[in-house]
Amino acid sequence: MSPAPSQPRDRADLTPDAIDRTEFTTCYMCACRCGIRVHFKDDKLRYIDGNPDHPVNRGVLCAKGSAGIMNVLSPARLKKPLKRVGPRGSGQFEEIDWDEAMAIAESWLGDIRKTDPKRLAFFTGRDQSQSLTGWWAARFGTPNFAAHGGFCSVNMAAGGLYSIGSSFWEFGEPDWERTKLFLMFGVAEDHDSNPIKIGLGTLKSREDAKFVSINPVRTGYSAIADEWIGITPGTDGLFAGALIHELLRAEAIDWDYLARYTNAPWLVYQAPGRPEDGLFARDKDGHPLVLDGITKAPSDALSPDAKPVFAGSVEIDGLRAVPAFQIMAERFLDDAYAPDTVAETCGIPAATIRRLAAELSEMAFKHQIELDIDWTDWAGRKQTKVVGRPVSMHAMRGISAHSNGFHTCRILHLLQMILGTIDVPGGFRSKPPFPRPIPPGPKPAGHDVKQSTPLDGMPLGFPTGPEDLLVHPDGTPKRLDKAYSWDHPLAAHGLMQMVIHNAWKGDPYPIDTLFLYMANMGWNSSMNVPATLHYLTDTVADGGYKIPHIIVSDAYYSETVPYADLVLPDTTYLERWDCISLLDRPICSAEGPADAIRQPILKPDRDVRPFQDVLIDLGARLKLPGFVTASGDPAYPGLYADYIVHHERAPGVGPLAGWRGEDGDQSGRGDPNPDQLQRYIDHGGFWHHPFTEGQSWLKHGNRDYLTHAQSMGWIPAADRIVMQIYSEPLQKFRLAARGHGPVLPPPGHRARIDTYFDPVPFWYPPFEGSSADMGTGADYPLHAVTQRPMHMYHSWGSQNAWLRQITNHNKLYLHPDTAAAHDARDGDWVWIVSPIGRVKAQIKTMQGVERSTVWTWNAIGKRRGAWGLEAGAPESEKGFLLNHVISELLPATDGGYRHANADPVTGQAAWYDLKVRLEKCLPEEAGTTEPMFERFDAPNLAPSHAVAGTLRFGADSTGTASGRPPTPHREFVRKDGGA
Amino acid sequence: MTSLPHQTDKKLGLVIDLDICVGCHACAVNCKEWNTGGHSAPLTDNDAYGPDPSGVWFNRVHTFEVVSEDGCGRMVHFPKSCLHCEDAPCVTVCPTGASYKRVEDGIVLVDADQCIGCKLCSWACPYGAREYDEDAGVMKKCTLCIDRIYNDTLPEDMRVPACVSTCPAGARSFGDLGDPDSAVSKLSDRRGGYALMPEQGTKPVNRYLPPRKPHRTDAPNALSPVAADGAGTVARWLDKILSL
Repeated sequence: MSPAPSQPRDRADLTPDAIDRTEFTTCYMCACRCGIRVHFKDDKLRYIDGNPDHPVNRGVLCAKGSAGIMNVLSPARLKKPLKRVGPRGSGQFEEIDWDEAMAIAESWLGDIRKTDPKRLAFFTGRDQSQSLTGWWAARFGTPNFAAHGGFCSVNMAAGGLYSIGSSFWEFGEPDWERTKLFLMFGVAEDHDSNPIKIGLGTLKSREDAKFVSINPVRTGYSAIADEWIGITPGTDGLFAGALIHELLRAEAIDWDYLARYTNAPWLVYQAPGRPEDGLFARDKDGHPLVLDGITKAPSDALSPDAKPVFAGSVEIDGLRAVPAFQIMAERFLDDAYAPDTVAETCGIPAATIRRLAAELSEMAFKHQIELDIDWTDWAGRKQTKVVGRPVSMHAMRGISAHSNGFHTCRILHLLQMILGTIDVPGGFRSKPPFPRPIPPGPKPAGHDVKQSTPLDGMPLGFPTGPEDLLVHPDGTPKRLDKAYSWDHPLAAHGLMQMVIHNAWKGDPYPIDTLFLYMANMGWNSSMNVPATLHYLTDTVADGGYKIPHIIVSDAYYSETVPYADLVLPDTTYLERWDCISLLDRPICSAEGPADAIRQPILKPDRDVRPFQDVLIDLGARLKLPGFVTASGDPAYPGLYADYIVHHERAPGVGPLAGWRGEDGDQSGRGDPNPDQLQRYIDHGGFWHHPFTEGQSWLKHGNRDYLTHAQSMGWIPAADRIVMQIYSEPLQKFRLAARGHGPVLPPPGHRARIDTYFDPVPFWYPPFEGSSADMGTGADYPLHAVTQRPMHMYHSWGSQNAWLRQITNHNKLYLHPDTAAAHDARDGDWVWIVSPIGRVKAQIKTMQGVERSTVWTWNAIGKRRGAWGLEAGAPESEKGFLLNHVISELLPATDGGYRHANADPVTGQAAWYDLKVRLEKCLPEEAGTTEPMFERFDAPNLAPSHAVAGTLRFGADSTGTASGRPPTPHREFVRKDGGA
Repeated sequence: MTSLPHQTDKKLGLVIDLDICVGCHACAVNCKEWNTGGHSAPLTDNDAYGPDPSGVWFNRVHTFEVVSEDGCGRMVHFPKSCLHCEDAPCVTVCPTGASYKRVEDGIVLVDADQCIGCKLCSWACPYGAREYDEDAGVMKKCTLCIDRIYNDTLPEDMRVPACVSTCPAGARSFGDLGDPDSAVSKLSDRRGGYALMPEQGTKPVNRYLPPRKPHRTDAPNALSPVAADGAGTVARWLDKILSL
């Protein structure tokens, strides 16, 4: 055969007309909220990519966002409202029309509101409209509202907001451009995921920076770390405490920063047994005091002329007082935090800890940055420089999901404060509207629940002392989830993970209706799934369910939907209006505020409605104040789009900050602008307002910034925000535990409150593994943790035809030495045994895991019948959840009471505390996972776009020839490329 | 069999930085999303919601652990697509001329109209970069987004391969590796970019950048305490006066 003709020059069409329409909106494939462009060809979805102008993702888009089309076309989409006709969990439903569905919901909820509003429990999952849903709950009059933060991130949010006025999680970010030493604690591939990937790429591309990962597992971001420190789970606080020990001993301390921006010099009474003990000494105006080093007398801590010392003592009104710094320092200088002491517990050599402390000091103090920027400080003094310290840190889930997460997070912030690295060049920067006063207002509402009456505020808030708790005089909780009770006083995100258990048990009281939005509480969002399914289906003597009514709104047929009595089908993210609001979870960057919209760029092909429309409609039907006009007509007849534009939470402050005022020329505050949504659409779907250089740094004490923040409505006054190394609110709870004050904990709670409401952060071991009931080291020697793969985080991904090709089942990963100790090899099946049960999994060995840890990908395992998956899908045959073996409760105390398995301060679900042992399966047990739950039926779902299983998406949307000549190719190299 | 051009005007290709690839699969999925409606549409998926899902992907991220002699593991995320080899055996083995290498830019393409699905090219490719579409009965592969890079019907920012524009970490670069003065060539030179399996003699155009040497600091191994114990340390602070 002779060579075939080659090099025909025009066989490929280089210039097809591939796109004929592009719309700008916001992604909802996870919590990151990137700006996207949605491209159409012949009015069909063609392609989604990142919006290059958007401040969150700057044009990039992750695997989830790039697979969005497959969620929009998912065969798991619900089609029509459903009424349950079979037993709960059977999946037997009857389709009903929206009038009937709304009438049922109105009748259940109307009866509750007229009798006892708290019998409605309204909880939302990955919802991004919490400022609406929370306001709706408040107008309804139930305190039983929260989103999913109780099992997600409340330790990080509360740890930050009670310490530095912003937080890891979403309220701050490292200065990627300038940081030279970056420490990432634990798994953090969850929130802010594209910004962190952009940042890590930026950081690593500068060759003067080092990235250290402190994580039991070396995957994901840790895989590109310059140094991996394989820490024992739950010991990060002890490790960071040892770093503080080293820094204090060497006086590697940013004294000026601590004096100006923190309460380190504030005087604290040391008067054991007295009601003042541990509180700040204050003058007659209530101002805290410092010990003036020149006059040797107490002076006003808020005066710019103060000359404080950080150690020593003084008598005030007969009581001894010492600087907060000294109390903190004495704790961390103690040998309990010495590297040699902590090395074994942390699984990290003492020499490594000492070296890292030296590197932190070196970078912070010998590589100081000075930027020539004119700015005005909090006292009105003109400044010409900003001093930066190029050390930054980030932490999220790996710290958050432990029962010691709140204090661990506080220790990390303390470390940052000592190094002077918060909101400085090279450090960790607050994102507006943060920093806010510490803690921020308002306080939680729900003290007084009355028939047909709104709450006197929003259900979630920030207590500053025992008087803010939502408890009855006998100390029992007022909220179903026991948030803001003596169980979890600072539960700023609620405890969604306890709602089903508590409603079933009637502890503290039974409810009538459980209303869930976008939350998979019947599966991977609950601890102890087998018990949870029992709680959802358990009956009372007359045959009725213990939880009488369950309403679920979701776009997809999840594992939870079959347990609903009424299903309100939601749209996908391309079929709805939304606002990404500063009143909610903002998408700002440290450079300035931003918000955004979603717009309905597709018309639903099913009988579904956006949940926010449904909620506003329901509010109007129930005549909730604010949802109807004085004459009783709907206040927002245009539903959610109408609300986004016209709702005002405070005068001139609404869901969107951009293009306010009649002419759209105001930002932050301004009258509603009827054309506001169009202005957003015209601007690519988002608003962004960069700060001036002089507003950008040291925001806690920057008058230019603080004045601006006040004018925007972010903070009540332009006062200096003083970061809290010592937390007086915590001490107030501790004093109550010691019998002081008007609101006291019941005796059974006192020891626990006394221990965990320490005003200075401290490390204690996670609760699991600490008792016979919770598993001792001998019985359950291994830590078991989870993470989600980056292509599925927060993403409802298993129904996604593309993403499930990347991951459709999970294995249990462990060190080869750990496997060998169990005589197990790759591919073997093992039982993962915890004190409450066992789950079966296949193992895979890897070197990059700490030897006492096993781990797996979370939420890959799916139940048979869910998510439009066919019989035999690996997700249900081999995919498993560790949730099945995590207890939602701690063992009984002496009095028989069982606390939630959660952080004692915040109520954060402690699902990373899990301890297990492994038992090799018998040969005949291999092959499928257990426990295996019964397959449920499915109602009519949206038709699959696959034909006989084959999906040919895109075959009919290839571009037509444009006839345009080809343009020269464009080189693309990231910024350091050509250097 | 099919002949290769003696030389090409350009050598367009990718430079992939393994030091910052976190294995997020953004490149792989965005590639699939673009190309399933592009030059080689569709990138068919089989058994999409069933027990054995599989499909055509032009770019796949392989994740594996490399263990050094001292027992330390490093997790490597290795994105792999067609390397657009200068001596592409997938082209020379093609019996119909369906596989070809463009003179203008060196991009290796398949003309679906001429492909008979014999799979010889996939056997010949040492990198496993070819993707057979069972449903269509033809071979498909990375086109370097040939329908984007020269196409000014698209916004300018889109005129690079989808995998490059979407990569969150900025680990992927695109340009002419035949031009020693191009930014991609300089990047590859500076960072020690290497060709995959050069011993195969295929002369791949794409380059991979190895991990950088960790940045070394001047820090000592430990800090020196200022006093013998905690009490002595605190005592030093009694007269230290600060200003606000």
